[in-house]
Amino acid sequence: MSQETLSGWVRKLQAREISSRELTRLYLDRIERLDPQLNSFITVTAESALAQAEAADARLANGEQTPLLGVPVAQKDIFCTEGVRTSCGSRMLDPFVSPYNATVVERMNAAGAVMLGKTNMDEFAMGSSNETSFYGPVRNPWDTERVPGGSSGGSAAAVGARLVPGATGTDTGGSIRQPAAFCGITGLKPTYGRVSRYGMIAFASSLDQGGPMAVTAEDCGLMLNAMAGFDERDSTSVERPAEDFTAGLNQDLTGLRIGLPKEFFGEGLDEKVRGVIDAAVEVLKGRGAEIREVSLPNSHLSVPAYYVVAPAECSSNLARFDGVRYGHRCDNPEDLMDLYTRSRGEGFGDEVKRRIMVGTYVLSAGYYDAYYLKAQKVRRIIADDFRNAFEDVDVLLGPTTPELPFALGAKADPVSMYLSDIYTIAANLAGLPAMSLPAGEIDGLPVGLQLIGNYFDEARLLGVAHQYQQETDWHTRVPAAFA
Amino acid sequence: MSVEASEVQRIAHLARLAMSDEQAREFAGGLSDIFAFVEQLDGAPIDGVEPMAHPLDAEQRLRPDAVTETDNREGFQAIAPAVEGGLYLVPRVIE
Repeated sequence: MSQETLSGWVRKLQAREISSRELTRLYLDRIERLDPQLNSFITVTAESALAQAEAADARLANGEQTPLLGVPVAQKDIFCTEGVRTSCGSRMLDPFVSPYNATVVERMNAAGAVMLGKTNMDEFAMGSSNETSFYGPVRNPWDTERVPGGSSGGSAAAVGARLVPGATGTDTGGSIRQPAAFCGITGLKPTYGRVSRYGMIAFASSLDQGGPMAVTAEDCGLMLNAMAGFDERDSTSVERPAEDFTAGLNQDLTGLRIGLPKEFFGEGLDEKVRGVIDAAVEVLKGRGAEIREVSLPNSHLSVPAYYVVAPAECSSNLARFDGVRYGHRCDNPEDLMDLYTRSRGEGFGDEVKRRIMVGTYVLSAGYYDAYYLKAQKVRRIIADDFRNAFEDVDVLLGPTTPELPFALGAKADPVSMYLSDIYTIAANLAGLPAMSLPAGEIDGLPVGLQLIGNYFDEARLLGVAHQYQQETDWHTRVPAAFA
Repeated sequence: MSVEASEVQRIAHLARLAMSDEQAREFAGGLSDIFAFVEQLDGAPIDGVEPMAHPLDAEQRLRPDAVTETDNREGFQAIAPAVEGGLYLVPRVIE
């Protein structure tokens, strides 16, 4: 039963083959039984989920058809949920019960989704392994000694283990795509500005973007239909007419020009991962796609540019956590400075402190031009590389990650951890939509295929992914312990 | 670039992060590695390139100057560490 996809459940609910209450119970039972092995949820909202499910059943009985009516989902704990703790994986926000809903939560509620709970994540979305969470690491359902990726590791592990049919994630440098790859699921980072950032706790505001994580491309399209759309409460929300992201699913791939950026297939790529990607290219060729080699000559600068831009924005955004109006406050502060420094010193974990300090340094007097301004210029040439590539091709394709899911504790030094996002970060710097989908298995571990599209081309990306998923069954595989 | 523990303390102070000398020594190595890594940007071909602050080069949108928020002071204060009489309490700032 739990093998059914989100889109499959939508059809079954509409056909009244199952009630939302039964479905919600089914997944809540799985979470209770199986999540102790994974730690993918920080908070399970069983009671409100069942109430939402009953309301959905009443609406279904009335013949209503909102897009996600009665379907269980989970929210990454970065999205504010009214009356429910929103921790962002941090001790700083452990006491924070949000007084309002994020736009994404509001929109999914309106679409009829049933929220089962809030998923674990790297603290303030800073991490690529989900090991920086205040609530402990999440484990990979394919091998619980390995990481699920991060920062949306809880959402990825929960969907991978079929504890929920779909979950939200956010992606600042790969935080949807890398965990999707590591957990064998499909995840999409939309074009910057597609999904409202209102009520999505800010890490790096010019890079952060929310998106769907689920089993299939079709599921992601359905979820994105509910999540995306203009929001006047987010000043960088893009004003465009509403779009049906499932519209391109059945688009034939004949003549589609797919570019392989040669820089994504160079040194550092695991040979076995390369073999999986090569095989995926053959599948798409068989569906009529034309394959071309392209170049993104400055893409090797994307990780260093990111580790100036993202920490700079993080140090500015996280200045708001001061122990005064909400969040963690230290005991018995002597004076205001003591209140600020100790509340922040106690409330933040090491990786968050490290990034705040990098950002503070690169923005400090005398260093701005040497770091921040330079990184912003490099960001431009990286975006221009993509612009040039998209003159010749429709979609770019490559691996999502250079290697397989690694063991917990394997990447103790920060720079080696940062390099696990080497293929994902460039799309964030440029603001382009990109996704990861399962394309193979090596030694019992999933491998992700990355597709990067031009601005606002999500429907095409999902179409390519859907066509691939018609021909392959990697996305249907579930780790044995959770089948 | 190599960062000394004293420099870490200076940055931590700017960032309002309490930090022991031992913690500062622990952070020094990782921060040195990150700054050394970021030095790869030094040879980048960026002469005459306009800095890019935002992926869509969007302009700030304006909205009508109208009241849109409702009063939710009680809701906000309910989650504060210390409040009294509608005010947020902090240690004495004026002696």
